[in-house]
Amino acid sequence: MSDIHPKPAEHVAPLVRLGRFLKDNPVIPLIGFLFALIGILELMRPGIVSVFWAGNLIKFAIPLAMLAAAQVLTMLTGGIDLSVGIVATCSAFVTATLTPLIGPAPAMLVAMGTGVIVGLVNGFGVAIARVHPLIMTLGTGLIATGCLQVYQRFVISTGTDIPAVLEWLGTGRSWNLPNGLFLFIPFAGFVLWLMRYTGFGRLLFALGSNEKAAKLSGVRSWQVLMALYVLSGLIAALTGLLYLGMIRAPSLSLAVPLMLPSVAAAVIGGTSIFGGRGSFAGAMVGALILRVIDTMLTLARMPEGARIALFGLIILAVTALYVRLSETR
Amino acid sequence: MSLVQRNAWTLGLLVLFVVLLGVTRAIQPGFGVSGLESLARAALPFAFATAAMAVVVIVGGIDLSVASMMAVCSVTAAVLMQSMGGVPAILITLAVGTAMGLVNGALIVLTRVPDIVVTLAMLFVWQGTALLILASPGGTATDWMRSAITGSVIVDGLPKALVLVALVVAVVWVPVKRSKLGLAIYATGSDETAAYRSGVAVGRTRTLAYGIAGLFSACGGLGLLALTGVGEPVPGPYLLAAVASVVLGGVILGGGIGGLLGPIIAVFILRIIRTILTLAAVDPNVTTIVEGTIMVGVVMFGAVLVLRSRGAGP
Repeated sequence: MSDIHPKPAEHVAPLVRLGRFLKDNPVIPLIGFLFALIGILELMRPGIVSVFWAGNLIKFAIPLAMLAAAQVLTMLTGGIDLSVGIVATCSAFVTATLTPLIGPAPAMLVAMGTGVIVGLVNGFGVAIARVHPLIMTLGTGLIATGCLQVYQRFVISTGTDIPAVLEWLGTGRSWNLPNGLFLFIPFAGFVLWLMRYTGFGRLLFALGSNEKAAKLSGVRSWQVLMALYVLSGLIAALTGLLYLGMIRAPSLSLAVPLMLPSVAAAVIGGTSIFGGRGSFAGAMVGALILRVIDTMLTLARMPEGARIALFGLIILAVTALYVRLSETR
Repeated sequence: MSLVQRNAWTLGLLVLFVVLLGVTRAIQPGFGVSGLESLARAALPFAFATAAMAVVVIVGGIDLSVASMMAVCSVTAAVLMQSMGGVPAILITLAVGTAMGLVNGALIVLTRVPDIVVTLAMLFVWQGTALLILASPGGTATDWMRSAITGSVIVDGLPKALVLVALVVAVVWVPVKRSKLGLAIYATGSDETAAYRSGVAVGRTRTLAYGIAGLFSACGGLGLLALTGVGEPVPGPYLLAAVASVVLGGVILGGGIGGLLGPIIAVFILRIIRTILTLAAVDPNVTTIVEGTIMVGVVMFGAVLVLRSRGAGP
């Protein structure tokens, strides 16, 4: 009788209660962790933390956060998009090589088109042929790499040019803050709005929590997944444009190193790789955390090997801590 | 189910491989014993990487750090061989590989973080470790190690490298598969909860499966060293190829179904396709496209087959 009802809250151990609170608000401890890291950084090298430094940190975290958005959205449905790195690279390379030929605006349009094409192929594979997203996106990534290499053979002689607007976005500053924010703030607003207030966002959560139940309630899952992967491709292509303006040297592996960290940023931000749970706000903080860790390891003047290894260990430690804290039992 | 039915996928792969060999012969009539030998040699590291990946996929996980572990093993062996004999160096390397795999598995079980995330993090850790051991390509391989994978054995046209792969995989995997551990691995892979409730030590099984994967990665690293003669700290393109071959080989992502023979045949199929395209004077970059397309196409085809058989079944 009375014992089948849940016990009042005072019986809950403080650690569990903390865990529940953190589970409901994953961004709060993450922000705390970010500031703790920045504090350690300031201790390591007093005076390093400044407005200029913060601007730089944000500048380099933006492309990572944008790719992490693609990961968060696909992970909501229990998927993953491992083609984002190469899509961003394709879009950057296409823009840089086509600008001298057809002008900046059409070049950027073509670049976004490549993102849509890869997204359509991914969507077809995942939604209609029911291939595991990991395999599908790895495969399209491989195909896109090959296409890019073949494409390069044809355009190598035309030279490259970077549209002025991208250079302004990538390297310029206004009021000490990077101009990339002009792109990123509307982008982040759009993603947050999409996830929280639109039917599409709810469908993503529904598909990830229980695909069967979602289908039985009338969700046409293939349409949702198709749209999702096209959106993911578009986000990656847009990131490529921004990153091109930032680095200003198109290459065949420009944004590829961002791919695995983008997954890490999403996971650190509290997105479940199995679907149904995730937040873009967390992923943004996750991207900042990764960048701060990067700076710390560079500052500590460690050999490159130790830096890479520590980077991996920290990702693991943060996610393990997160899982431990947010576990309800 | 008869033996043929149960191994239909593997047999199909074998037939495909033979057909592709025929195609190679048709394109290049000179393709003979030496062609086969170099094919087997080039496939050696891929075959071991694939075997490693197959074991963890069967247990229901995935290991993104396979290529990095291979790099660690290759540099470890290359450095050790400068100061000691080949045999102790190889034994130490195999132990190191197994230990790395066990660490991966233990971390997955203890932290309860999804395996894909753990091995993603460990990919960086092992890659960094390899760079710490050897900052740039170097070290050395013993001569007999290099000659162990060149040429043929017993009869002409039976490449040593192929025999080596078959032998190592058989020695490691067959006893495991026939033991309780093998049963536990398949049980854990097909339904973890059910396995747990029937008394399988799920955590230990999973850790050991990753350990076996580590051992195979070590073999892959040694194969790589034997192939090139120098320790290479930067991981090669083995991750993607291993996943592709595992799926093409009939192991279902998610676990519980498949073996090691299919994936290894799949490795040779993918390698021979590369050979055919090279012989046909196709741009090597186009080859990458073809490989990706084949990988995706095969998986789609496989998914359709699975759906069909489910629809037809009871």
